[in-house]
Amino acid sequence: MSKLSQKHLLGIKNITREDIELIFETAENFKEVINRPVKKVPSLRDVTIANVFFENSTRTRLSFELAQKRLSADTINFSASNSSVKKGETLLDTVNNILAMKVDMIVMRHASPGAPHYLAKHIKANIVNAGDGTHEHPTQALLDAFSIREKLGSVAGKKIAIIGDILHSRVALSNIFALQKLGAKVMVCGPPTLLPKFIGQLGVEVELDVRKALQWCDVANVLRIQLERQHIKYFPSLREYSLYYGINKKLLDSLKKQIVIMHPGPINRGVELSSDAADSQHSIILDQVENGVAVRMAVLYLLAGAA
Amino acid sequence: MQKKLILDTDLLDITISRLCQELVENHGDFSETVIIGMQPRGILVANIIHQKLEKLTKKDIPLGYLDATFHRDDFRRREIPAKANETKIEFAIEGRHVVLVDDVLFTGRTIRAALDTMITFGRPKKVELLVLIDRKYTRELPIAADYVGKSVNTLTSQRVLVELEAQGHKQNKIWLINKD
Repeated sequence: MSKLSQKHLLGIKNITREDIELIFETAENFKEVINRPVKKVPSLRDVTIANVFFENSTRTRLSFELAQKRLSADTINFSASNSSVKKGETLLDTVNNILAMKVDMIVMRHASPGAPHYLAKHIKANIVNAGDGTHEHPTQALLDAFSIREKLGSVAGKKIAIIGDILHSRVALSNIFALQKLGAKVMVCGPPTLLPKFIGQLGVEVELDVRKALQWCDVANVLRIQLERQHIKYFPSLREYSLYYGINKKLLDSLKKQIVIMHPGPINRGVELSSDAADSQHSIILDQVENGVAVRMAVLYLLAGAA
Repeated sequence: MQKKLILDTDLLDITISRLCQELVENHGDFSETVIIGMQPRGILVANIIHQKLEKLTKKDIPLGYLDATFHRDDFRRREIPAKANETKIEFAIEGRHVVLVDDVLFTGRTIRAALDTMITFGRPKKVELLVLIDRKYTRELPIAADYVGKSVNTLTSQRVLVELEAQGHKQNKIWLINKD
């Protein structure tokens, strides 16, 4: 079967292992395409995509936009900061107005968890969730798992530790779903205040000591401390966080084994990850960015083709 | 379902040998020539021809695989998105003579897509098309093959089935199938 089971990509929770594998196989082909002298294919030439961002983003938005351009789709960009949302327009009205201009697909980031799911019930266009609050960020999880698969050959049976601010992270939740569906073992690690209660019920291991987590894992996916979402103090100071949970080259060298370091960006250098670790040969952070374009091309291609 | 044999094992072998001789006739020492097989089944034919040619000429001839899925013109007109295969061209095609190889030439649309895909890798000096089976009177585009294994009169409703050892079949055979 070479068709996704869903019309939208709302979250990893809603899709199957077969869907993920189909996206990966297609992404491999697109990775070859974006390394050609001419990086553009005409597949989505008659498709118009709106990038609707109610929350700031650099990497994800650039990556989506590049993926759309490489597929020859027409794109329009919308950001909430300079729009009628400020004048009190509702989400559904905003999106319906965009769709009235004959748009086929919506890529949306929103601060409210479930916003794309709500939209999917009310509109006909395909929706790709580019991050909904602290809930899911499916394309990030797909590109993370794709990068692990590329680096280590497969995801099944591998041990992946997600380290840092799990509580506020949509990347963590999507990663847990994706990695578990692909047969990996997942551990979360961070200060107790930044771990959600009952996270263990998702079938992940919980570790408070970062050294033990690193010793256990094959891959460490280090997350950013999301200061913009922390309205109260979860730890005394950034310096103290960095002291207990920061990962640096010295710590990695002391493990006496090779592990892979990942980070979804943007990095707070010197907080969760030191420069010597982020730029070391352990790190596949820039591969993640390259794979992001290929994976998003695959998602858009497979969703648009099902229309 | 009716099945009619178009080419049996021995005849297919002779046909492929003849195609190779024709290529040698036109390409001399193959110093400028590269062979590109079309995914998914043309690559199997390209593999056989490439092997025979290297034996005949005692030269290394570059061989690549091309997938034209992303350049097809029927995207969003199909029930499910077309599934892509690997493209592997590890040499420059700029200024070279390309021999494009496929199993069956039918509507010509795949070849149209393949030509577009090829241009994204550079500008070949010349492109030729080799097919095992040329289905006559079914073309939807002005495309013709330069080297033809066998021309066959077919109806649009019929299908040409290529069975090759490389796909796990016992013998190389080509069939014409009536769909009913």
